[in-house]
Amino acid sequence: MPESPAQPAIEVSHLVKTYSGVTAVNDISFTVPRGEIIGFLGPNGAGKSTTMRILTGYLPATSGHVSVCGFRVADEADSVKRRVGYMPENNPLPEDMRVSEYLFFRGRLKEVPRRKLGSRIDEVLELCDLKRARHKIIGKLSKGFRQRVGIAESVLAEPPVIIMDEPTIGLDPHQILIVRDLIASLRGRMTVLISSHILPEIEMTCDRVLIINQGRIVAQGTPAELRREVLGQSAYEIEAAGPLGSLPFVLGTIVPGLSVASEGPVDELGFRKIRLKTVGDDEAGEAILRACLSEGLRVRALSRSRPTLEDVFLAATRRSWDAVVEEPRDGGRP
Amino acid sequence: MRHFFTILAHEVRMLLVSPSTYVAAVAFLAVMGFIFTNILEKYSSAPQDVSPASVFFSVYFLPVIFMVPLLTMKCLAEERRLGTIETLLTTPVTTTEVVLGKYGAAYLLYLAFWASTSGLFYILKRFAGDPRLIDPGPIVGGYLFIAVSGLLFVSIGVFTSALSRNQAVAGLICTTILILIIFGGRYLGSVEWLDRESLAPIKAAVSYGQISQHFLDFTRGVIDTRELLFYLSGTVLFLIFSILGVEAKLLHS
Repeated sequence: MPESPAQPAIEVSHLVKTYSGVTAVNDISFTVPRGEIIGFLGPNGAGKSTTMRILTGYLPATSGHVSVCGFRVADEADSVKRRVGYMPENNPLPEDMRVSEYLFFRGRLKEVPRRKLGSRIDEVLELCDLKRARHKIIGKLSKGFRQRVGIAESVLAEPPVIIMDEPTIGLDPHQILIVRDLIASLRGRMTVLISSHILPEIEMTCDRVLIINQGRIVAQGTPAELRREVLGQSAYEIEAAGPLGSLPFVLGTIVPGLSVASEGPVDELGFRKIRLKTVGDDEAGEAILRACLSEGLRVRALSRSRPTLEDVFLAATRRSWDAVVEEPRDGGRP
Repeated sequence: MRHFFTILAHEVRMLLVSPSTYVAAVAFLAVMGFIFTNILEKYSSAPQDVSPASVFFSVYFLPVIFMVPLLTMKCLAEERRLGTIETLLTTPVTTTEVVLGKYGAAYLLYLAFWASTSGLFYILKRFAGDPRLIDPGPIVGGYLFIAVSGLLFVSIGVFTSALSRNQAVAGLICTTILILIIFGGRYLGSVEWLDRESLAPIKAAVSYGQISQHFLDFTRGVIDTRELLFYLSGTVLFLIFSILGVEAKLLHS
């Protein structure tokens, strides 16, 4: 099959993988367009690593169809391997090599022309802030450095698709920032598939998120879509003084579905926290404020509380554990 | 096969920078030097029938049983234990290239170790002053035997390394198989119940696979193509098993 820009970077349909009777990946399908950064979320043992290994051609799938840049992984593994930069879980590295030696060896294996390899190694060392460590033995590097060596290695041959299994594990916040910028700098040029436990990480870097649990996709979409789809509500919090009166009723008429969820205790100044929730995702702040003022409440603060991806993740995985596994929908809620 | 040389060069380089290679080389030379000295002492006290070279090479099994496992047990087991086999096999490299590259490096090192014993013969020639002690026939035949049989022995080591992710287990299995094929053949050749008429084909097969007999032929200058074929086919067989072993571990991991 020819490689054309129209072909999606990664195409997975009805992928199943069983290990001696245990189903690790159970009929998952997704498509990643070129240049997109996609985050893979899931609890331990959800099948993230297995899916990634199948995508790289390292493990064979039990059934289903997987293709990378239009090449079927099962038949054209060699073409696929030339187009994928892969960093496995726990980032295995040889202990007794120097960083630059290792990158040189990997570059030769990945068929980077010998003439370009030297300058390319300098580039990735610069990119990953590894210049100072280039002559150090890998076995003596700290975890953060090792992780960056792994990342440098995966982008070394400038593959169109990069797959990284938990790239930010074991890094300090400063290094996470560097890695995040690094991944963001690849946006548009390369397709990046990363898995992570660190949810803000995914939320900040990824265009789209796939949440998988027990080998199935339980939710997919942009972080905003997921909030809407999985939680299906947004919440407001006001701090106000005065009698509540007919506020709940008024709110219900101005914004359908808006209701008072809870009321906090009154503090010494007479203010209390009131939580409101809506079903939709439309901005209702102004309407709430106006309703409160017309009801004679004195308002001190109004804030919209955004559910984090963490809430979405917990809700989505809980939902799938409750065995109400819904078929994944494409895009947002209709 | 374009990656074969990349992997071979990498493996040779890693062996040359590893201290354990030098420790092994020193130990090997110390043992071989000790054996050589003993042989020379025997020769200096009384004249012997055969040349010192054939006696020296007749203890070939000692370094084989101890050195080959040490040289090869690490090659695939270590990759699997560290998980680097995963990064290695997700590049455009085939399992065949990986196994052959590692095999080639181990074999070259094995040859290099044996080549270093030629220094012993040089010293003998330089200082003995007796040309009868240096008979080129058995020396050439002996080294040829080492080179040819080494193909098979090292491939067995690579194969056992593909079986386990634990180096010690791989090394022990390798030693066991080597002892079995070196001494097992000798033992089977001497047992009586194989002399029966009905078991004649088995007897023929056993005598065909007698490594100690091959050794005697080589040092006498008899190079039999059947014996060459025995080592070559055995090598190919064990290398295919190694490749299948690595791939089977992936399929059933």
